[in-house]
Amino acid sequence: MIALLHRDLLLATRAGGGFGLGLVFFLIVVVLVPFGVGPETAILSRIAPGILWVAALLAALLSLDRIFALDHEDGSLSLLATAPIPLEAVAVIKAAAHWLTTGVPLAIAAPVLGVLLHLDPSAFGFVVVTLLLGTPALSVIGTFGAALTVGIRRGGLLLSLIVLPLYVPTLIFGAEAVRRGVDGQDTATPLLMLGGITAGAVALLPFATAAVLRMNLR
Amino acid sequence: MCCYPKGAALRQPCYRSSPVLSVQNLAVARGGATVLAGLSFDVPAGEALILRGPNGVGKTTLLRTLAGLQGAVSGHFECPADEGAYASHADAVKSALTVEENLQFWADIYGNAVPDMVWDQFDIRDLQTRIAGTLSAGQKRRLGLARLGVIKRKVLFLDEPTVSLDGFSVRLFADYLRDQHLAQGGIAIIATHVDLDLAATTLELEPFTATDHQTDTGDEAFL
Repeated sequence: MIALLHRDLLLATRAGGGFGLGLVFFLIVVVLVPFGVGPETAILSRIAPGILWVAALLAALLSLDRIFALDHEDGSLSLLATAPIPLEAVAVIKAAAHWLTTGVPLAIAAPVLGVLLHLDPSAFGFVVVTLLLGTPALSVIGTFGAALTVGIRRGGLLLSLIVLPLYVPTLIFGAEAVRRGVDGQDTATPLLMLGGITAGAVALLPFATAAVLRMNLR
Repeated sequence: MCCYPKGAALRQPCYRSSPVLSVQNLAVARGGATVLAGLSFDVPAGEALILRGPNGVGKTTLLRTLAGLQGAVSGHFECPADEGAYASHADAVKSALTVEENLQFWADIYGNAVPDMVWDQFDIRDLQTRIAGTLSAGQKRRLGLARLGVIKRKVLFLDEPTVSLDGFSVRLFADYLRDQHLAQGGIAIIATHVDLDLAATTLELEPFTATDHQTDTGDEAFL
């Protein structure tokens, strides 16, 4: 299983792996917002947490269709399905590799890009913590969506349509926790909800992902 | 004993130590239509079975069913637990990795080391450090087949293993199957159109073509 994680991380960082893609997309979206909204710092710093969260969500979406599609195209997925590791483990590893190559870099880059949006310095910590807490759910839910659309040509758009509504709870509680943190309110409730969503998704969805893969491989 | 009702689990719940494949009255389906029915055969240790038949007769479907990737329509087959390996049309080669990294990955997944003789058996020693994306189709195929020498499974389900191989490589692969795999008591079910020069039984699949094609009429209810 470590071998699979190692391979996926290697593939992501090699040429054509799309490792930097999500990060650059995140940067561009965040840079575009001040152009659209205008340069008033008061407005920007108010909407910054929400913008950072939405942008991170879209950036995570960008690399989802690669999770299973490439393995399906070159036949690796059938071989992994007949290999002596359970498909549930494959699903967990795939989600973990996606999180390590998109979720973690996004969380680290977020405060830096927050500067561009006049994000209140007291919010930097909250942005990093909520992203680290919330992005595993994005990866696991996205892996499930990728399994649903594996084998469908140009399934990327369909994947986005399936996955984005499922991202809503994570977005709501993630952005809410940052907003409350900036306002000096109690952040325990949204943070607990965010962690709960992630824990639930990580615990349950790999089984659904494996079941869907079995059906799609038939 | 392992029975495969329709929609059986993907992983093979078979528990037997003898590496013998035994198929009884098996029917397999593709896209909801039964393509082959009434198949019965045994493959004893150390023997190969060549599947023959025109395109679309169901060779791949049969191999995928036996490999546990899809459920059988009816009938059942026995196979040793966790001894099967499937090799499809596709090579499962990652073009961003080197030849060595590709093989090492499969070795790690199966908990083996890459045996040194594999490099010569499949004539890929010179390619060891090459990025797999720069290989020719035949070289990729050899790398894909070398996976079989690394994972060391007793029961091989091979789907057109010699596609895009030149004559020399075909003989090399046949030598591997005969002198290594079969000689060590393994078995191989091979769908192929070329003569591999193996002492193998040939099974013509055309007589087993299912006459009753429509088994899954679920969709028609909505039309």
